[in-house]
Amino acid sequence: MDCQLDIFFLEAILNGVLLAGLLALLALGLNLVFGVIDVVWICYAELVMIGMYAIFYAYTGGVPFPLAALLGILAVAATGALLHWVVIRPVLDQPPINQLLVTGGVLFFLQAVATMAFGIEFRSLGIRLGSTGFADMTFAWSRILAFVVALAGMLALWIFLSRTFLGTAIRAIAQDRQIMPLMGVDASRIYLVTSAVGGGLAGLGAVLMVLQYDIYPQIGLQFGPLIFMICVLGGLGSMAGGFVAAFLISQFIAVGGSCMATEWGYAVAFLFFMVAIFIRPQGLFGVRG
Amino acid sequence: MLELSGISAGYAGAQTLFDLSMRVEAGEAVAVIGANGAGKTTLLRVISGMLPARSGSMTMDGVSLRDSPPHRIVETGIAHVPESRRLFPRLSVESNLKMGAFIPAARARFRERLDYVYGLFPRLKERRSQLAGTMSGGEQQMCAIGRALMSGPKLVLLDEPSMGLAPVVVQQVFDLVRRIRQEGYTVLIVEQNVRQVLKVADRGYLIEVGRIRAGGTAAELLASDAVRDAYMGI
Repeated sequence: MDCQLDIFFLEAILNGVLLAGLLALLALGLNLVFGVIDVVWICYAELVMIGMYAIFYAYTGGVPFPLAALLGILAVAATGALLHWVVIRPVLDQPPINQLLVTGGVLFFLQAVATMAFGIEFRSLGIRLGSTGFADMTFAWSRILAFVVALAGMLALWIFLSRTFLGTAIRAIAQDRQIMPLMGVDASRIYLVTSAVGGGLAGLGAVLMVLQYDIYPQIGLQFGPLIFMICVLGGLGSMAGGFVAAFLISQFIAVGGSCMATEWGYAVAFLFFMVAIFIRPQGLFGVRG
Repeated sequence: MLELSGISAGYAGAQTLFDLSMRVEAGEAVAVIGANGAGKTTLLRVISGMLPARSGSMTMDGVSLRDSPPHRIVETGIAHVPESRRLFPRLSVESNLKMGAFIPAARARFRERLDYVYGLFPRLKERRSQLAGTMSGGEQQMCAIGRALMSGPKLVLLDEPSMGLAPVVVQQVFDLVRRIRQEGYTVLIVEQNVRQVLKVADRGYLIEVGRIRAGGTAAELLASDAVRDAYMGI
């Protein structure tokens, strides 16, 4: 234990804030899908992994990074829509545990496919953005970029949901699925769009992650549980809750990791989660019983 | 305008409507009255496509409704204000109205329709940013009717608009119904409040256990023994 209220403590806090942007973005996609379709995509982190590989192969194949990033987002959006159409739609009226397990099956499937197709080596784009600093603190540009882009992505989603007809329908269908036909809305189409948007957010997460982390088939295991914890802590399905929870949890990870070892950061975060969920089982912003 | 012929429908294991035929002409207000469980709500659900008919034919301006998926019925000019209003409680009033204008034809004229509905129901304009679920029952009914009008319908189906409302508010809701009649909408209204609804309607049908028991002008129904015995005595 080596924790002092010095400049490095402040650095850890600020790095926690930067991490929170990315985690909030990832939590948002999962919350959107759950809030609207009432299905938890256990394989969400694996969609991010697919996106990272898509960007890696596009970029190393000669596609400029911004275009490779766009391709990655579109690829995961399409994967999200496909996941809904092929896997979720047939079990839409079944008990939640069945839905959970089929997406769990997709998790193992995607990991297996990635292992067979891409190998177990750690891959990296080899892009170095460097870092900046002031007052003895250093911050990686890739983290600052991830924070800014994640916030911009969340803002764009918010505008989409609150301003457009399609976005309004996505919010409405979460509140009353049965009467959507009376509004002239084809519910299955809204679900498909929501799944594509949820996938697109995972794709955007992938773009921001390839700039910071190495890619390997099991990378989802590293942050997947964290994303679920954030969603449940915030109140599953609550987008605002996920946002707040991401900022809380990343402080535990960053500050806890800085004071002790990185691995302890995760453990402390989960300990906080257990206490919080004991006091407030529905999550911070949860409305469901 | 709307014509039903030999319609049968029901839910799993139970038939609710038996060989039912009826008409609604353009500009009319037609009431459907009957006891709880007579099949009134089922009738409206069948017309708007929420519940598929098992047999019979159903046309709107000569076009068959039975071939359309539920979400395409609105485009034929039928707007359904469902039982207990069914607003989106955690959306604002204006977002609720926006949902009413979801179909492409209405979407293109959204601003115009919104101004029209706000002009008709100024209270909704005052409450435009409020969450629909936080309004009073009467205001919610106003919002539900406004939402239906957003699609630019010819025929408005109203399912028990007075249900669950205080007596003084019931009066206000029937005033709303008169208001949309004056605007030229054709109305098909289902109600248990027989005395009130027959004051608003031109004609009516009495349904009992899924069959039409009597039909005629509002005055004829008010005078008929079948209606007097069952619904006016209490």
